[in-house]
Amino acid sequence: MGYSALSLMGHAFRGNTQWPTLIAAPDMRTIYDIVIIGGGGHGLATAHYLAKIYGLTNIAVCEAGWIGGGNTARNTTIVRSDYLLNGSFALKHFALKLWEDLTQDLDFNIMYEPRGYIDLAHSDGELEQFELRANAMRLRGADAQILDRSALKARIPLLSLDMDKRFPVSGALFQPAGGVVRHDAVAWGFARKASQAGIHIFQNCPVTGFDISDGVLQGVQTAKGHITCKQALISVAGESSAVAGLAGINLPLNSINVQACVTEPVKPALDAVVNYNVGLSYLSQTAKGEFVLGGATDGYASFARRGSFERIEDVLARAVQMFPFLSRLRLMRHWSGTADITADGNAIVGQTPVSGLMINSGWGYAGFKATPAVGHQLAELLATGILPDLIAPFALDRFALGAEQDDAGIGPYPWLH
Amino acid sequence: MLLIPCPYCGLRDESEFVYGGPARALPDMDAQTPEAQHSLYRPINPRGPLRELWYHSGGCECWITLTRNTITHEFEDDLS
Repeated sequence: MGYSALSLMGHAFRGNTQWPTLIAAPDMRTIYDIVIIGGGGHGLATAHYLAKIYGLTNIAVCEAGWIGGGNTARNTTIVRSDYLLNGSFALKHFALKLWEDLTQDLDFNIMYEPRGYIDLAHSDGELEQFELRANAMRLRGADAQILDRSALKARIPLLSLDMDKRFPVSGALFQPAGGVVRHDAVAWGFARKASQAGIHIFQNCPVTGFDISDGVLQGVQTAKGHITCKQALISVAGESSAVAGLAGINLPLNSINVQACVTEPVKPALDAVVNYNVGLSYLSQTAKGEFVLGGATDGYASFARRGSFERIEDVLARAVQMFPFLSRLRLMRHWSGTADITADGNAIVGQTPVSGLMINSGWGYAGFKATPAVGHQLAELLATGILPDLIAPFALDRFALGAEQDDAGIGPYPWLH
Repeated sequence: MLLIPCPYCGLRDESEFVYGGPARALPDMDAQTPEAQHSLYRPINPRGPLRELWYHSGGCECWITLTRNTITHEFEDDLS
């Protein structure tokens, strides 16, 4: 059933006690066409587009935890496409186009707000590098602007532009179409729509093994029983090494902790997403008034989903450099997630050495913004067997071929990305 | 906050260190391509004990190798 003003009023009169559950709880079949491992944004988007575009609904989504409990609901909700390399830009820009209409497509308010993404430069050299990125974006059809200090003052009045700081602000790259999307609504919206289409979603259902004979996928073992299937997709973020390991695939990934936090809510003060570039600290204000802050990874390998206080201190110190008034706010909540990071800091998407088994991993702490595009493209790969152009640059074999997609030019050290 | 057991300086704060990633065997300088690729990209990503490198940049400036559990963050090396 769809949402409408009428259904909202009807439920209000009944005291909001009879809302149906978002996701059906079906019995597991023994045979599915496709099994999607991981019920995060990427996996659920794939399920949604398989049903919507290709009419495939004999699909199971197996989630080890609960819908909206993983990295999809642990990120800082930012979407943007300010990437230099063609491959990185194209996929994320396609995602931005999909975000625009996704609320209507899903009949679920995902609250996409294109407030603008502002990437601060701290030296003239850095600003020149941003010019290069802005020009590359414009050549490929995106809107990107360079803001000088006075334009920045006009756009973000509360931003501190004092020159007596260790890293004063010299300007910024501005992407107007960048912004925020309510992240848990993305997981719920995709799950609800896929469930309505007849796709089976199983929560608390980890995958425990794969049946593979002669290099061809035969089935998947789950906590709720064995499934025979011709195709499966692994889309499990921080657990990618472990799950792909069950199929005998060694992915070049390191799992690293990423932290985020929110302050107490205050009146509207910031209507853009702002990123401090010396060591990373990005923040935006939610519709509720809280400031959401995130930063770089903790740096060291971790599956703990909790990190060091040092990184929080780091992120907050930088945030206060940008917005001194933040020093008077209290932190309300703090959390973290496990990000899987590759040697070039970019994702691994596409086929694996096992025929029928697809992989979507290595998104690190940059996967949320790409969610609908990845789902759209993986649905095409699963339904047609043809590798779409947008995900071709992210093939697993690029490391052996030397075709790395290293946007930052950092080199083969996952903990630096 | 990690307290890292440096064998030369004792328990020291994480902020004094630079992470060096999993400890891996380096290939010979004249190694064949597959061997060099393997040593560079071979995944070392265990849930549990991991042998890894730390550089004590704010202390003795030594590269040290320690074993740390990636689930609990506990170091398994004993300083005593």
